[in-house]
Amino acid sequence: MADVIAIRVNGAEHKVGAHADTPLLYILRNDLGLKGTRFGCGNGECGACYVIIEGRAVASCDTPLWSVAGKDILTIEGLGSEGGLHPLQQAFIDEQAAQCGYCASGIMMSAAALLANNPAPTDAEIRAALDKNLCRCGTHNRIVRAVQRAAVKQA
Amino acid sequence: MSSALATAPLPASLADNPRLSQWLRFVRGGTVSITPGKVELGQGIVTALAQIAAEELDVAFERIRMVPAAAPASPNEGVTSGSLSIQDSGSALRLVCAQARALLLERAAQRLGVPMAELDVDDGNIGHASGAKTDYWTLVQADERLLEREATGAAAPKSPDRYRIVGTSVPRLDIPRKAAARAGFIHDLEWPGMLYGRVVRPPRHGAVLLSCSQAKTAAIPGVAAVVRDGSFLGVVAEREEEAIRAATALAAGCVWEGGTRLPEPGEIGAFLVRQASKTTVLSEKSDPSVGKGRTVLEATYTKPFLSHGSIGPSCAAARFEGAGSLRVWTHSQGVYNLRRDLALALGLPAESVSVQHAEGAGCYGHNGADDVALDAALLARAVPGRHVKLQWMRADEFGWAPYGPAMRVQLRAALDAGGRIVDWQHEFWSSGHSSRPGRGARPTLIAANYLAKPFALLPAIDLPMPAGGAGRNSIPLYDFPNQRVVNHYIEAMPLRTSALRSLGAYANVFALESFMDELAGAADADPVEFRLRHLSDPRGRAVIEAAARMSGWRDRGRIGSGERGMGIAFAKYKNLGAYCAVVAEVEIEREVRVKRLWIAVDVGLVVNPDGVVNQIEGGAIQAASWTLKEELKFTAEGIACQGWEDYPIFRFSEVPAVDVQIVNRPDQKSVGAGEAPLGPTAAAIANGVNAALGVRVRDLPLTPERVAGAI
Repeated sequence: MADVIAIRVNGAEHKVGAHADTPLLYILRNDLGLKGTRFGCGNGECGACYVIIEGRAVASCDTPLWSVAGKDILTIEGLGSEGGLHPLQQAFIDEQAAQCGYCASGIMMSAAALLANNPAPTDAEIRAALDKNLCRCGTHNRIVRAVQRAAVKQA
Repeated sequence: MSSALATAPLPASLADNPRLSQWLRFVRGGTVSITPGKVELGQGIVTALAQIAAEELDVAFERIRMVPAAAPASPNEGVTSGSLSIQDSGSALRLVCAQARALLLERAAQRLGVPMAELDVDDGNIGHASGAKTDYWTLVQADERLLEREATGAAAPKSPDRYRIVGTSVPRLDIPRKAAARAGFIHDLEWPGMLYGRVVRPPRHGAVLLSCSQAKTAAIPGVAAVVRDGSFLGVVAEREEEAIRAATALAAGCVWEGGTRLPEPGEIGAFLVRQASKTTVLSEKSDPSVGKGRTVLEATYTKPFLSHGSIGPSCAAARFEGAGSLRVWTHSQGVYNLRRDLALALGLPAESVSVQHAEGAGCYGHNGADDVALDAALLARAVPGRHVKLQWMRADEFGWAPYGPAMRVQLRAALDAGGRIVDWQHEFWSSGHSSRPGRGARPTLIAANYLAKPFALLPAIDLPMPAGGAGRNSIPLYDFPNQRVVNHYIEAMPLRTSALRSLGAYANVFALESFMDELAGAADADPVEFRLRHLSDPRGRAVIEAAARMSGWRDRGRIGSGERGMGIAFAKYKNLGAYCAVVAEVEIEREVRVKRLWIAVDVGLVVNPDGVVNQIEGGAIQAASWTLKEELKFTAEGIACQGWEDYPIFRFSEVPAVDVQIVNRPDQKSVGAGEAPLGPTAAAIANGVNAALGVRVRDLPLTPERVAGAI
């Protein structure tokens, strides 16, 4: 039977009716219409579904709904939108840091979590922070440059 | 120039789809809709095609609206593959837009009563020195039939020296929405009342479903339907997570029988040689005036089965509408090909099926995109009138999408006393590199094989030369007086294989260019000089020289030895496309690390320099990942790969720096970039390992165990 659980996403309160063990990913995408968070593997192995929960980038595909009740959840939509892009999003455009772009949201969430703790990361620190995110198109170096660009802009 | 073009045959895309209105439309309000039949796969093709259209029409780039392909609405350009879109679609659009511009100028001249030659076009506005003016949109509004005519190829396209938009790094059209979480991937589509589907696959290919807990699963709350057709099994549910749970429950209650046993894991080359194969000679050249040579070398190289490994598993949506008509949304590379196979599998006339493209995650060849579309259609058939969206799970992707075939390449060459190759023998063993849909009398979509009235799977075909499938790049571009290239095509292969980025070129170039280094060693020659010694093609020589210059090849002693080394490799993709030379700097500690790649590439006339660099970089990084890490694991019982833990690919900290230099050739036709660096990157890395350690690893991937074993 469905439960009703209150969650806070991008600063807004939502009451969602779903099994308490539903992965957060499906709530975000299908109940709240936040399509920027993506399914990649369902096991937390690829990073396509990353969101920021209480400052940390975590896999929403294996985070059950019950575990995030009352916590602050930030998705790529909360980072910025076309009307007001986050420096990371602008930097991805400036560096043309995408091919297919499927992994981009999750990577930006990892990068945002990194920059919040380390506003001027080195190349190696950026790579280490993004190591849990997979990119198959081979856009890694452009993405690292985009994160560096955003860091400079934020500083 | 115009007379020469008028007699030239139209590009195939245009000959097949000659009506101008199939390709472009002037839309009131001052925009231009361009409707190519090629699709965005993450390679940036749509932006490049928009540049070509804007250039030839003389309108601002911002006025162009690119319409995704659909069957039957778009021109049928077959499959977006083979690095051919700039050639096929680009050359068609160039002629279409040049003809449209000429037609519009002719109309403007009539309307304004001035000679056509005195008119100027600026952003679609046509003006005369007298002050008389009109514009494209006004003219088209006056005669809406203007573009309802066939392409002639007679209007001369612009000369490249007048290009303003082609040749510049126009930013990709799709990246802003992808950065802002408004990507519009197929995975993101939804409709009111949409249902979610999931499939339950057998434990191994060819297994038959004896029984399943269909009624029990159907009773789970939220489940709208359990669909069984023979051994095809799936569920449809109101919520996505319910579909996943129901599929898991359903799978647990299934009893399967039989199925195809896979080869015993072990030495892949030996397995391939043991299979029945059809042998053909692809190239034979002999010059009796040249001696037999003194030094003979032989070596055998192998490449494992590879997975596409797209980050987003395959996805499709489908809806049966009234009177047996079907609509499908897909990220297939060929909407018409898919339409044909869907119709065959479902027993529908093709006219009843419409197929709309929407972007998927990165596509590197024939992946699960087509297969999942039939899955979605089979599920949607059980719930007419409702949209069903189905995304494969990660294990479906690793277990059921076609694989890049394993290959074995055996080489033998003879050197004369002067260190020249006088004889070259190349033999390879491989299954077919294409089981794409839309090409045969039976559908190739995986679910069709499991229906109550099943369609036997067609074997992957051996694509013909000169582009070839397994034979791609097997014929050396070097000038060898005696040579023989032999293809051993394995028709029956228990693993389902099809096109993966660069097809046979990856294995052939890895082998050929590794062997060139082995021969250079035997001839005591520098690998760069040794290649140039055998290569007369000036464009090939130029990229090799450029890569050597970029990397400081002559001074490569600077990086030390014992743990570090530099290797070079080269190919002209398909022997028809882009020239690409790669120098790799590798470092070996516990494992091989690629520190840096220097790449020189010649794709002829460059449409979008940053687009080319992005494709080359991406291709090289993907190839480095294949080369060092990737191998599909299986046992006789089935595919032993469920998730990324079983199929590691490069992570950020493993990715080398990549420098790309474009050798621009505005006088040469544009060719595709995306697949050119794959083979050369593999061989450059292996040659770098040899330079560092003095050992030759001939079996991919170059794992720590293999490197240690070779020492």
